[in-house]
Amino acid sequence: MRLLAEGLSARRGEDLIFNDISFALDAGEALLVTGPNGSGKSTLLRVLAGLLTAETGRLKLEGGPPELQHPSELSHYLGHRNAMKRELTVAENLSFWKRFLGDSFGGAGWEIGAAAEAVGLPGITHLPFGYLSAGQQRRMAMAKLLVAYRPIWILDEPTAALDAAADTLFAGLVNAHLQQGGIVVAATHQPLGLGRVKELRMTGFAGVDGGLWHDA
Amino acid sequence: MIALFFRDLKLSIRAGGGAMIGVLFFMTVVAVIPFGVGPDLNLLSRIGPAILWIGALLASLLGLDRLFQAEREDGSLDLMLMQETPLIATVFVKCAAHWAATGLPLVIAAPLLGLFMNMDELAIGATMLTLLVGTPAITFIGAVGAAVAVSLPRGGLLVSILVLPLAIPVLIFGVSAVYAAIEDPAPFLPPLMILAAITLFFAVIGPLAAAAALRHASD
Repeated sequence: MRLLAEGLSARRGEDLIFNDISFALDAGEALLVTGPNGSGKSTLLRVLAGLLTAETGRLKLEGGPPELQHPSELSHYLGHRNAMKRELTVAENLSFWKRFLGDSFGGAGWEIGAAAEAVGLPGITHLPFGYLSAGQQRRMAMAKLLVAYRPIWILDEPTAALDAAADTLFAGLVNAHLQQGGIVVAATHQPLGLGRVKELRMTGFAGVDGGLWHDA
Repeated sequence: MIALFFRDLKLSIRAGGGAMIGVLFFMTVVAVIPFGVGPDLNLLSRIGPAILWIGALLASLLGLDRLFQAEREDGSLDLMLMQETPLIATVFVKCAAHWAATGLPLVIAAPLLGLFMNMDELAIGATMLTLLVGTPAITFIGAVGAAVAVSLPRGGLLVSILVLPLAIPVLIFGVSAVYAAIEDPAPFLPPLMILAAITLFFAVIGPLAAAAALRHASD
């Protein structure tokens, strides 16, 4: 499986946020999107997730199922918001997403208990999501990535509100996903401690000529 | 999809959900009418069906603006937009769950409120039947308004204003079907059939338009 972006650019209102961004990610590779605030990291990720339409350029997945409309169908998106209901318990939230999202081909989601254990919070799945602290909520939102299988993970500031232990734990989860042949695109300020990583540095509007490429 | 239906039902029953608000509003509106109109039993039973329908219409508009807004605020809407499942199906299921949580209780509460209005059994039965057939249409129409106003922080009143003109035919045919049932010469079936047609029509058009609006509202 290979995720290809060719000459992507995106606009918000009148302003061009970024221009002519291209990259190629093979199975097992991660792309770290870095750059200062407002440089368009989140916008790029929302374009990848199919939530914004690109102004120009193309996004495609090689080696995916033939009936695929957009790579977003094979993607998990973890944005700034956790997409969990405060009124429902953690277990209800996770089992809803497990059933609603379903598994993409080529993998199986984890059981709720196992996923909660993987993010280091076993035994509190009976609590309403709203009772958890910000860091615990974020960890449970990560458990959502595990309960339904998706080969591509799109992560926007995944480790915001997390302590150092959770950072390492999360890096472990991402590495495990990469080793299974997954693809990860993450916008972040912290180094996640990952293995095979490419880096895309967004330079903001000043650098309209695009992302700077180098292998980290 | 079944998971979505039951999750939305659970959410509307839990604290902060809107299921009971609609029924309470319905009861409040209908219960004050006899005090305002006065103890003229004939008048009350004559205007009863219309009052019940107006109350039900306003009550079902009440919680509609949160239909997609709550999903958008916590980021769930993003994930729903990304899926392979057609968005129309997701919207349809959300409407169905919303109706089951807020519309169905109105239908069930209607006979009790019918007694307030001194309506006889036939009128109460006819009102219940028309509400059962007609209120889903209000939800489907409302879904379009809710989708259009999804990114507006205080879109509640706007949704009602957008939706009300489209919901007027539902009200007209609902009320005329009830009056046809209690007044002899007019036939009951034609207005009821038109009401059912309106519901079926909006069950198709509503989710289609709401899905299109949601796609374009994403930012």
